[in-house]
Amino acid sequence: MKPNKLTDRLLSAPYLLWEAIFIIVPLGMVFYYGLTDRFGAFTMENVVAIMGAEHAKALWLSIALSLASTVVCFLLAYPLAMILAHMNVSQHSFIVLIFILPMWMNFLLRTLAWQTLLEKNGVINNILEFLHMPPLAIINTPAAIILGMVYNFLPFMVLPIYNSLVKVDPNVVNAARDLGANEIQTFFKIIFPLTIPGVISGITMVFVPALTTFVISKLLGGSKILLIGNVIEEEFTQAGNWHLGSGLSIVLMVFILFNMVISAIFDKNGEGNML
Amino acid sequence: MKRKFLPIACFFAIFLPLLSGCGNAPSSGNNEVIVYNWGEYLDPETLEMFEEETGITVIYDEFETNEIMYPKVETGATEYDVLCPSDYMIQKLIDHDLLAELNFENIPNAKANIGSQYWEQSKEFDPENKYSVPYCWGTVGILYNKTMVDSPIDSWSVLWDETYADNILMQDSVRDAFMVALKRNGCSMNSTDTVELEAAKQALIDQKPLVQAYVVDQVRDKMIGNEAAIGVIYSGEAIYTQRENPDLEYVIPKEGTNVWIDSWVITKNAPNKENAEKFIDFMCRPDIALMNFEYITYSTPNEAARELIEEDDIRNSPIAFPDLSQYAGLETFRYLGADADQIYNDLWKEVKSK
Amino acid sequence: MIKTTAQKIYVGLIFLFLYAPILTLMMLSFNASRTRAKWGGFSLKWYSALFRNREIMQALWNTLLIAFVASLVAVVIGTIACIAINRMGRRARAVMMGITNIPMLDAEIVTGISLMLLFISFGLKFGLGTILLSHITFCIPYVVLSVMPRIKQVDASVYEAALDLGASPVKAFFKVVFPDILPGVLSGYLMAFTISLDDFIITHFTKGAGVDTLSTKIYTEVKKGIKPEMYALSTIIFVTVLLLLFLVNKTPQEKSKLQN
Repeated sequence: MKPNKLTDRLLSAPYLLWEAIFIIVPLGMVFYYGLTDRFGAFTMENVVAIMGAEHAKALWLSIALSLASTVVCFLLAYPLAMILAHMNVSQHSFIVLIFILPMWMNFLLRTLAWQTLLEKNGVINNILEFLHMPPLAIINTPAAIILGMVYNFLPFMVLPIYNSLVKVDPNVVNAARDLGANEIQTFFKIIFPLTIPGVISGITMVFVPALTTFVISKLLGGSKILLIGNVIEEEFTQAGNWHLGSGLSIVLMVFILFNMVISAIFDKNGEGNML
Repeated sequence: MKRKFLPIACFFAIFLPLLSGCGNAPSSGNNEVIVYNWGEYLDPETLEMFEEETGITVIYDEFETNEIMYPKVETGATEYDVLCPSDYMIQKLIDHDLLAELNFENIPNAKANIGSQYWEQSKEFDPENKYSVPYCWGTVGILYNKTMVDSPIDSWSVLWDETYADNILMQDSVRDAFMVALKRNGCSMNSTDTVELEAAKQALIDQKPLVQAYVVDQVRDKMIGNEAAIGVIYSGEAIYTQRENPDLEYVIPKEGTNVWIDSWVITKNAPNKENAEKFIDFMCRPDIALMNFEYITYSTPNEAARELIEEDDIRNSPIAFPDLSQYAGLETFRYLGADADQIYNDLWKEVKSK
Repeated sequence: MIKTTAQKIYVGLIFLFLYAPILTLMMLSFNASRTRAKWGGFSLKWYSALFRNREIMQALWNTLLIAFVASLVAVVIGTIACIAINRMGRRARAVMMGITNIPMLDAEIVTGISLMLLFISFGLKFGLGTILLSHITFCIPYVVLSVMPRIKQVDASVYEAALDLGASPVKAFFKVVFPDILPGVLSGYLMAFTISLDDFIITHFTKGAGVDTLSTKIYTEVKKGIKPEMYALSTIIFVTVLLLLFLVNKTPQEKSKLQN
């Protein structure tokens, strides 16, 4: 297309305006609230508050639980994606759909269903009792929260890995075999390195929502386990301290930014995209 | 394959909304009243009756705790006409000049039907009875499962009994949780004494390992489903839970408890004040109050409605309509000021994050 | 042989994990008892009660309306944005893409809060409008994500040829460029629609009185015990989508068999 300065400006104007009003300004407001006190004076207090015992513990727990669920997601997803990738290629879109389909059942209801399954007198324990097996007591523990995170975010790990596995050229794999590499060598030297963009994209898509969730911990943790997302949500909706809530949000954004930088380094071409 | 799928799926995504056109978009007419009430706190049929009789459209919204309700009203980003907060929150709203004085000439049913003792009790937070009309009242107590405890329960201290570890449900709101700990320690539940509060916080932290979950209204379902042995619950839920599970028993602990009132109030900037008064008046009508009582089973201060209750055991139920003179240590929450609010919130956060 | 069996078992277990809660919800929709905790026998009463439940139908209508309008607007803005970004210089493009991706990569809670603060300080009344604006904002990145690769593939010389042959730029775009990027636009629309439909957190912070989507409605119901009508509704939605997908997936396979 011929570059045409005027039409270019006209084309980009509506979107530039949208970005400015609904992305840049709102983030600016979070920073404004986070860096001021009740009287509008500059302060670092709300950001430094993360060092306070309660907040530091909530943040630490969030990081620990979201890391754990990211690892579990990865360990479950990679073999699954490999199996799926070897299946009939014409079913590509069908496989994607199977993972997107549960999203049509509301996210809160799906998580709540786990409560019904895991409860003391829940479905799983009834089955276990019927089989004369010891009951499962993970409801309202960190384990239940990890389970909820894995359940909700697993598709976001499977799909990018699956997409990058499908793109691996079979000729490259065959060449490696012809040159004498065994299965394990082929995997670690050829297949895995080629799918790293997908893996990184999967990690980002699991880690960030898991780090910041407040719903899963509320529904499956019995409100006994306070994650950083819960602290921020309660500051806004209950305690009414927007300054503290914003300050803690800034800390959260630093972690997300860190995560984005890492994924940008590994995934320069945007290969690991979901679609 | 993907090409085939997408157009059809999009067609579906576009037309699904049109197909479901049976629901109607909210009307933007001015003849409306915006009500902000507790979750499931009235019989939805009464709203339809109100709309039919008056032609006023009810826009209905729900909150879970007083603390969630307050910031929404304070910021004014959402305009509400009628609210139904509890005692101490009404006092806080009055203190912050967020409520309008009621014109009782437009609410004749209120003075006619609401019992005098409830107006008297309301003076704790609304000294001149200018702002609020009582809607529901009750106590907070312990609901326990007779088959799961060794002996009848009569004290808050059972919530610290290690034999019931992982079988205890606590309330997940700051004032209710501290009320339990303060009462157990023999203090006032309106305490602002730092030593007493510090002790209450420590008690709640000690209790935490024994608690199965902090919940608000879920106590009801969990107790019915035998998920826990003991739960802290509002008296209004007790009748319903007993109906569903006869093993459950409700008790007001001997150390005393919270006697609360939830009342209708109108916001200062209410866009539809007259409709709001019509709404409150409608809610005070005996037949409507009775419908609501039967639906939510929370004690009604509406004497005329109580007379209409058919079952004797419910009309004279010691749970729904207890004789308060029998109990010691009964109190009503008061608003303690912004600083005390902050202290309570900070201490509660310490408990929750432990 | 052992290997494929093991593989099948593994895939089966994962699917069980993904679909067990959904099966549970479907079971609950046939439960005659009101509480989740007791099985009161098989019943279809919640299905008939559902259509009489004004609040749930209203929430369904709001949810679909918001998803429909938000994804439509997001597709228009997003597609124009893609064309514009594609014509920018390298550095400008990187900056624009970076900003575009913020709502997708940032924590939902931060996006929700930041928009809430924006609406409050601009004095906007919370309601359907604020929810729509927020949904459009977080839908755009998903549209850009699926349209951008298509735009990059468009052969610029075809567009120029169309111009040389006398077509107006608008006509040239719709006749030449648009058919090429259509699959990307459609999949972007579908993606945006799904994301909007399932959103809870951002709606939670930007909703106003009496305007509930299914998500926020469910969240308030969680505290009091979910109304079984809600299980019935989700079952209906889920089964409809499932059937549709099977129909769509079955047809081409049979065709290809015939061709063989």
